[in-house]
Amino acid sequence: MPIPSECRYTETHEWLDLDGDIVTLGITQYAADELTDVTYVEMKPEKSTILPGEPIGEVESVKTTSDIMSPVGGEIVAVNQRAVEEPSLLNSDPFGEGWLIKIRTADPSPLDGLMDHETYDKRFPVAG
Amino acid sequence: MTSVMGAIPSSPDTPAESAVATRGDRPVEPLIFEKSVPGHRGVDLPPLDVPRAPLDESLLGTPVDLSELGQHDVMTHYTHLSTRNFSVDANFYPLGSCTMKHNPRINEWAAALPGFARLHPLQDDAQIQGALRLLYETRCFLQEISGLDEVSLQPAAGAHGEYTALKVIRAYYRHKGQPDRRIVLAPDTAHGTNPASCTMCGAEIVMVKTSDGYTDLDDLRRRIDEHGPESIAAFMITNPNTAGLFDGHVGEAAEIVHEAGAQLYLDGANMNAILGKTRPAEFGADVMHFNTHKTFSTPHGCGGPGAGPVAVAEQLRPFLPRPQVVRRTDGTFGWDHDRPQSIGKVRSFFGQIGVLVRAYAYIRALGCDGLLDVARKAVINANYLAARLRDRYHLPFEGPYAHEFVAVPKFEDSGVHNVDVAKRLLDFGIHPPTMSWPIAHCLMIEPTETESLATLDAFAEAMNTIADEAVHSPERLKEAPHHLPIGRMDEVGANRHLDVRWRPE
Repeated sequence: MPIPSECRYTETHEWLDLDGDIVTLGITQYAADELTDVTYVEMKPEKSTILPGEPIGEVESVKTTSDIMSPVGGEIVAVNQRAVEEPSLLNSDPFGEGWLIKIRTADPSPLDGLMDHETYDKRFPVAG
Repeated sequence: MTSVMGAIPSSPDTPAESAVATRGDRPVEPLIFEKSVPGHRGVDLPPLDVPRAPLDESLLGTPVDLSELGQHDVMTHYTHLSTRNFSVDANFYPLGSCTMKHNPRINEWAAALPGFARLHPLQDDAQIQGALRLLYETRCFLQEISGLDEVSLQPAAGAHGEYTALKVIRAYYRHKGQPDRRIVLAPDTAHGTNPASCTMCGAEIVMVKTSDGYTDLDDLRRRIDEHGPESIAAFMITNPNTAGLFDGHVGEAAEIVHEAGAQLYLDGANMNAILGKTRPAEFGADVMHFNTHKTFSTPHGCGGPGAGPVAVAEQLRPFLPRPQVVRRTDGTFGWDHDRPQSIGKVRSFFGQIGVLVRAYAYIRALGCDGLLDVARKAVINANYLAARLRDRYHLPFEGPYAHEFVAVPKFEDSGVHNVDVAKRLLDFGIHPPTMSWPIAHCLMIEPTETESLATLDAFAEAMNTIADEAVHSPERLKEAPHHLPIGRMDEVGANRHLDVRWRPE
């Protein structure tokens, strides 16, 4: 399970955790709070190839629909089917059981340009 | 309107409380299935006067479990439900992004005239000269209002107009030998229909940033450079935009877009704020669509009925849909089918004629001065309301505003969100504004030009009462609405466990 303090963060509120050549991606607590109750999750199917910066799926709440972007390219090796079936996991445990997708990447370098936990947390503090 | 407002409590502890138990002034209407009485029917058939003959088994399907009721019971059921309708004819409807204003009754009179209402689309042109003249003149009015060179009245809705216009643009670039212009730029506050129309049309949409509600021109340049000017087809801008702001830099945006060899597309959804004040052609638009049902009033909502005429500059004219309504040299009116470069028909017959008759009546009834007054009042009303709400709500974009404005409820630590304010407004007999768009947490308020000062004041007082409640009794807002037949819906539950079918208990 990814540890928030070791993840990298995008401006669009995705967290990314690198382990070998596998990047796990999800949305942050801040994003989950902003969306309010998530009602629907749809990710691109496993084995799809994605380019850096491309949308990999979308997350919907009663308030809005948001594209989920991946700053790294590669092959989707896993989609969290539990989160698809039970979207409330994104609200209750966005860093744990609410993870979205795993990507095998040959080039993790875009992660270097992302925010670390401290920077992200300062910019987007979670209320309460 | 004022009498409805007058019945509304001005503070959270007045008679409103007692109304909670009764859920409005009438009992909840049961479903028509629940009212069914076996054997009841709406018609009495005459006695059988032919020999009885059994029906072929193969013709019999499974019995459909329909409700059994007399005619009067059906009538009262649906009449009761119809009185629950929330409409501009009964309530204030400050829905940002879609102009919900009064529809003058003279429009209805005109549209109901048998010479318009009872025409057959295949009737001979000689018999429908009046209707053709009306269409031709409507076309000319819209050309004058847009400042552009030719209008097609065929598209039947705003988004249909967008789609048609994008097809026209594509045909133009194909004709010019530039079929690779497939990218359409739009600001990130664009109406959702803009990217949708692009996708339908096979174009790729690229979002341009906005700053303080205005198009970020540097980002526009950057996007054009990034994708290459030779790949850009158009920049779709809504002006005044969805933040309620008139983008004064639209002329500069037009120059940037034209320099790339692309077209400036104006989404005309908010034309009521600029009617007669400026013409889209004057700020560089090459093509636009009107939403006549918004700007020139027609009862609409829930997807129709509408009309989305498209206006274009000279270079795009040959590609407009055909046939085009024309005045012939002998003074008669008819259809010009001889348009070899046209994208073809986009609507059966000649478009949404009934809506266009209403637009024509509206334009003729108001005249030039009247239309100018529409723009003036739309702008004054929005700015007046913004000024009255400024102390209690956060207005993230700096005014002056055009026809609408965006307000964010900011009640520290109360846990009250825009949705709670919206639901509580229902108790005041007011339709909630658009929510959470174009920015998170907001309410998008468009009072329109047709509301009286008394209505605007009643709305401002309701909003400020709600702001008080947010501080003193937030739970009252979290549970709103209190006075409607149905209280707070479980929207999350409904979305997660969709079930739209009624089953007997």
